[in-house]
Amino acid sequence: MSVEIIKNEQLSKISKYLRYKTIKTSHEASIPHLGSCLSCVEILVYLYWSELNLDPLKSSFEDRDRFILSKGHGAPILFQVLAERNFFDSDLLKTAGENGSYFHEHPPKPGYIPGIEAATGSLGHGFPIALGMALGAKINNKSYRTYALLSDGECNEGTIWESAMLAASNSLFNLTVLIDFNKWQATGRSKEIMALEPLLDKWKSFGWHSQEIDGHNFNEIRNSLINAKKNEQQPSVIIANTVKGKGISFMEDNNNWHYRIPNKNEFSEALKELEII
Amino acid sequence: MRTLFQKKITALAKKRDDIVLLSGDIGNKMFDDFKQIAPERFINCGIAEASMMSVAGGLALSGLRPVVYTITPFVTARCFEQAKISVGYHEANVVIIGTGSGLSYAELGATHHSLDDISIMGSIPNMRVLAPCDPNQLGFYLDEALNLNGPTYIRIGKKGEPIITSEISEIRIGKSNIIKEGNDILILGIGPIINEALLAVEKLKSVSQKSIAIAEMSSIKPMDEIFLKEMVKRNFKTWITLEEHGFVGGMGIRINNWLFKNDASKTIKTINLNTPDQFIHTLGKQNFLRKELNIDESFIYNKLLSL
Repeated sequence: MSVEIIKNEQLSKISKYLRYKTIKTSHEASIPHLGSCLSCVEILVYLYWSELNLDPLKSSFEDRDRFILSKGHGAPILFQVLAERNFFDSDLLKTAGENGSYFHEHPPKPGYIPGIEAATGSLGHGFPIALGMALGAKINNKSYRTYALLSDGECNEGTIWESAMLAASNSLFNLTVLIDFNKWQATGRSKEIMALEPLLDKWKSFGWHSQEIDGHNFNEIRNSLINAKKNEQQPSVIIANTVKGKGISFMEDNNNWHYRIPNKNEFSEALKELEII
Repeated sequence: MRTLFQKKITALAKKRDDIVLLSGDIGNKMFDDFKQIAPERFINCGIAEASMMSVAGGLALSGLRPVVYTITPFVTARCFEQAKISVGYHEANVVIIGTGSGLSYAELGATHHSLDDISIMGSIPNMRVLAPCDPNQLGFYLDEALNLNGPTYIRIGKKGEPIITSEISEIRIGKSNIIKEGNDILILGIGPIINEALLAVEKLKSVSQKSIAIAEMSSIKPMDEIFLKEMVKRNFKTWITLEEHGFVGGMGIRINNWLFKNDASKTIKTINLNTPDQFIHTLGKQNFLRKELNIDESFIYNKLLSL
């Protein structure tokens, strides 16, 4: 067994555990957006366990890589990731959803939760902020990289395309955008509500180094990130084909789980599928 | 003001390597000097103000000092949510410059008039709101804003505003000053339109004994409450507010509210001179529109005469 395969197995194990924790928190604290959280688990796990240059104990050291969750409604899974990576005591997450807690539905501004680089939740804001950070690295002669995770629905926002043009004209090769392309937005199919497709060609035509991968496959995530870093002229986009609600059969590709909170039965069904009990 | 801004920001960028100038594709040739001294720190963000504002937030979160510059409606109303979230909420060290404020672009029509920007930007927590009345004051404000933490919005005019603050010993954010002394009536103004009041008062001298004081309230947020309390003590019969901006969310309504809470005697009469709550269809030069909208020298003169 090669090292890589072991690693993938570990990443899968972590992913499964984080799915469990996120569903549990959603069930107990009535926090929505499970479908959107479950579609990006592998992407986040790969980034936080194998890609980003971070130090959980010194979460704001200057040369760290920046990660911006531009699809801010994925906060419940990001909070679990940060806790599991020891950015803060995972016991803090027990307050999720409670009055007075910082852990609710979206990431707050930096300074409240270690590891959070920007407040997001209103779509189309995180990406240009990430662009500013990448531009800042260029101006300051810093070698850190900036990553932003977008949703496909978020690509409805005009600022995404404004920023796509600006990043390309400034040759921000230190910027990598990942799109959690789960084919849904809040109320319907993302390709039907607005003419999203062909998404890869759109980014290509905007001057980006563009790749399309299976967003649940660690080898593909790994290779695409390696390719992104090899490119030294253009910003990079990785369109990750994902399944909304991935990992729980009755949530998969079912957009009710954009908002739905799992009840007791659904929660125990999910546990069975995750082989937790 | 534009010229002063261009010279000042270039001089500052020469001294400080953290200043980054973001332009929304305006100022053709205006920033050639800046581009020469710091090409990598001049970013033309295109005609994409919403993206530009959030990019400024990201630059500030990376330790830089971005200054965002474009025409006022496009750097305020157009990208309000970006100013609110990426800049205001993040307490980002961003200076936002709106150029051609008020009726500076009178001839360009309602799309280019900015009679709501103070209201809009003033509604953002953490955001300083400044309307310097001449290039001199702008220079001090810009210098200070780039040394303070948190965001600042500065509305400026265009070209050729006369210097009216040269006698003031201390110009700083949060401090108001008397520009012309007087005892009967107090005129509180913001921005270059204060000059209309100065001209009216000068003209009044030959026909009236009324003694009129003129003060600048250019720092709208934070507002100099110590100064206002002093003014209350001086027992002016009437306070006149003057601004090239609408009433809602402007300086005048803030003064009215402040007096309501702080003037125990409730004897001070206020008159608010501002633009009306309507879009302006009949266009012309800035002077023409000031006259049409009753905020010009002759209207102020007649108003003072009638009091």
